[in-house]
Amino acid sequence: MSDLMARAERILESAKGAEEIEVFLSSGVDTEVQAYQGEIESLSSATSSGVGIRVLRDGAAGAQVGTAWAGSLDEAAIADALHEARDNARFATEDEFMAFARPDGVEGASLQLTDESVLTTPIDQKIAMAIELERMVRSGDPRIRQVDSANYSDYVAEAAILSTTGIRASYARSGAFVSVEAIATDGQSDQTGWGLSAGKAPSDLDLHEAATDAISRALRMLGAVKPASMKCAAVFDPRSAATLLSVIGGALSGEAVAYGRSFFADRIGEDVASSLFTLIDDPTDPRHFAASVFDGEGLACRRNVLIEKGQLKAFVYDTVSARRAGTSSTGSAVRGGIAGSPTAGCRALQLEPGDFDQAEIFRRVGNGIFVESLTGVHSGVNPISGDFSVGVTGRMIRDGQLGEPVREITVASTLQRMLLDVLFVGCDVEWLPGSAAGQSIAIEAIAVSGS
Amino acid sequence: MSETLVEHDVLERVLGEALGRGGEFAEVFAEDRTTASAMLDQRRIEELSSGRDRGAGIRVVVGETTGFAHTADLSERGLLAAAQAAAAVAREGGGGVREIALDALRDYPTHATILPGDVDKARKIDLLRHADDVARSEGSSITQVQVALGDSTRRFVVANSEGVFASDHQVRTRFNISCVASGDAGMQTGYRPIAGTRGFEILTVQAVEEAARGAAKQAITKLDARPAPSGDLPVVLAGGSGGILFHEACGHGLEADAVLKNASVYAGKVGQQVASSLVTLVDDGTVTGEWGYLAIDDEGRPGARNVLIENGVLTDYMWDYLRARKEGRGSSGNGRRQSYQHLPMVRMTNTYLLAGESDADEIVAQTPRGVYVAQLGGGSVNTATGDFVFGMTSAFLIEDGKITAPLRDCNLIGNGPEILQRVDAVAKDFSMMPGTCGKDGQSVPVGTGQATMRLSSVTIGGTAA
Repeated sequence: MSDLMARAERILESAKGAEEIEVFLSSGVDTEVQAYQGEIESLSSATSSGVGIRVLRDGAAGAQVGTAWAGSLDEAAIADALHEARDNARFATEDEFMAFARPDGVEGASLQLTDESVLTTPIDQKIAMAIELERMVRSGDPRIRQVDSANYSDYVAEAAILSTTGIRASYARSGAFVSVEAIATDGQSDQTGWGLSAGKAPSDLDLHEAATDAISRALRMLGAVKPASMKCAAVFDPRSAATLLSVIGGALSGEAVAYGRSFFADRIGEDVASSLFTLIDDPTDPRHFAASVFDGEGLACRRNVLIEKGQLKAFVYDTVSARRAGTSSTGSAVRGGIAGSPTAGCRALQLEPGDFDQAEIFRRVGNGIFVESLTGVHSGVNPISGDFSVGVTGRMIRDGQLGEPVREITVASTLQRMLLDVLFVGCDVEWLPGSAAGQSIAIEAIAVSGS
Repeated sequence: MSETLVEHDVLERVLGEALGRGGEFAEVFAEDRTTASAMLDQRRIEELSSGRDRGAGIRVVVGETTGFAHTADLSERGLLAAAQAAAAVAREGGGGVREIALDALRDYPTHATILPGDVDKARKIDLLRHADDVARSEGSSITQVQVALGDSTRRFVVANSEGVFASDHQVRTRFNISCVASGDAGMQTGYRPIAGTRGFEILTVQAVEEAARGAAKQAITKLDARPAPSGDLPVVLAGGSGGILFHEACGHGLEADAVLKNASVYAGKVGQQVASSLVTLVDDGTVTGEWGYLAIDDEGRPGARNVLIENGVLTDYMWDYLRARKEGRGSSGNGRRQSYQHLPMVRMTNTYLLAGESDADEIVAQTPRGVYVAQLGGGSVNTATGDFVFGMTSAFLIEDGKITAPLRDCNLIGNGPEILQRVDAVAKDFSMMPGTCGKDGQSVPVGTGQATMRLSSVTIGGTAA
């Protein structure tokens, strides 16, 4: 870590005149094992590192910023990137709101995000986990006819964000994952199910849970039918609900709002959702997989209440979008690695738990559809207009009980409508990898398209 | 290649080292990629970004197992270290360093005429501003315009223990424009891309203006859109709009990695009628300048034109080196990878349905009630079940044989094998679209294409009865 910081300091020292420089350095080790038919199908391990540089220069009407990156930390690559970033800055439009983050006095949360055992666990043990996971799924039920892939992967990464505007942030994190896809058959047709376990280190992983999830998801879809089109209540399972929350989180970005690309724009203080709906973005919560000490600009992450009892309270901001909105950063800059520039985004969403477990929600809903997987979210959800239409597999809910499996249907509404139509929020919180935790959510009268 | 990324004799020594522990096949893929992008948003040039990524990926195959390592260090020392890491999967010990003799280099030039490095940044910015002006001049309801321009220059050299030694110089240029129109009923979006395995020459003023107007009009038109229907209806896909359907509905299921694992609904069906007889589906890496064009794939095999389905009969799958080796046949030139940091796998290039005999207007006129899709967004498929979805980003009702009211965005959903049987008309007006295909975490540029065509019934995922 001190090595990354020292390199970054050297880059900052080369700032010329009044220009500001921000440097993002990262370095990591990855391992990935795929098992197939009891053997290693592929094993890869690699160390990679890179640098992203932004240069800011002040002009009469505001600042200009230019960026460049390189997938290496060697001196020549860094020098080239700095030169390119500087040159690129000349072409940006002067913008009064453009600025780099400056320290705001907020202390970072105390979080343990790395587990060194990722590095000390022998590779043979990691291989054995992938092979065992595959075996567990294959032998789990005679109707499992294939395991498409059983994977183990892990990483340890460290990063540093430094700037001539005073930012000095560095962090390390690790992760370990197993995932598996099972294909089940009833002789007539096939169905698939996917299982996952994630943690900070190999010892956090629960192979049994991942295997059981993949097997049961595949088996319970066997014999799935395409129902007739209807309007009914939909209960999203925690995984599907987490996807839904991530999409809603996208529209709560201060940048999307500032640019008029969110259906939440100009609605602060309005009741945008059912009173059961309290949505918080809190990367300081250690239970969240995406828990983080620093945001993508090196400011401390913090807890932000976005929607409270249905009322729109706040958006998440990075430095620039906050300046546009006349407020200050909420420590919510996200950036996609060395090649990405910071933008405002939610990192660790969670919905305040409701009173009921899933079974109770089924009982109260009575009849409807239980959504267990979503497809086409990237193609069928428009966070600007709010139009929502996604492919779904799941089961019918009949008289408060789970009924037959269904497939090849869509559920459609608008995000605006769905938020207002929330009937129940479950207490069954699942901490999932990604930018949102999930729990069962019931939404009334949604359009289901089938045959 | 003017400067070689890695010298011939270094490659031979590294491949020899890679097989030193008993591997059966080894490959070095060294790559140097330079990218540049410029973005206009809110009438401002927000950001120019440049990037450079250099490195090599080395794989070693032993039996059914592949070992892989990559490094950003292209020195002989760096490559040898990666070779040893990749070779670690071969546990038998082997017989020491093997002698490898590479063929003479096959070097493929780019077809780009105006190379990215020869275009002034100022010229790119002028083009972005012009597109912005043109889009906004379409109507005062256009409230947001985002324009992006990107190019990449990818030089790579690939060498393997079977003697393959080839290098390519791939230049790609892409332009996108997104517009938001605002009206009483909220906001709507419009989008147009221009992309090719070409240089800056594809971004003519005319092409850029056409894209800008198209994106703006699409957003404005959708302001009056009504909710899409819910349920099964005939669907007419405009020429070029629906190639993604074949990419999703069957392309992925025809990739040999899914087929060999018996994880595709098309496994074991070569020679069988899997589609309407109007369907002839081709994957073709040789279409010069198209977004999915490649002179050689990322394993050094020349790009090829492969007929996958002919008059409805399944003729072959797509293959990379590893899957072809298992079957004792040749690769079809479909081994691709996102970068040197990734293992190659079976991927599509330009996948298209051959044009038919019908007249596009006639197809609409002969559809009493249905949906006309002018543009599709992305899609996805479960290869094991064949179930797919894809998004309509510009669609209209067809009533009494005429294209009428615009529809709000929604997904279509269907099953690949079933939908292929429902192609009941194909017109002559063929065109292609660029796209980005994601699989197992890797993205590669692909082209898709088709002529105006009709599907007798597809489930429309709207909300209107």
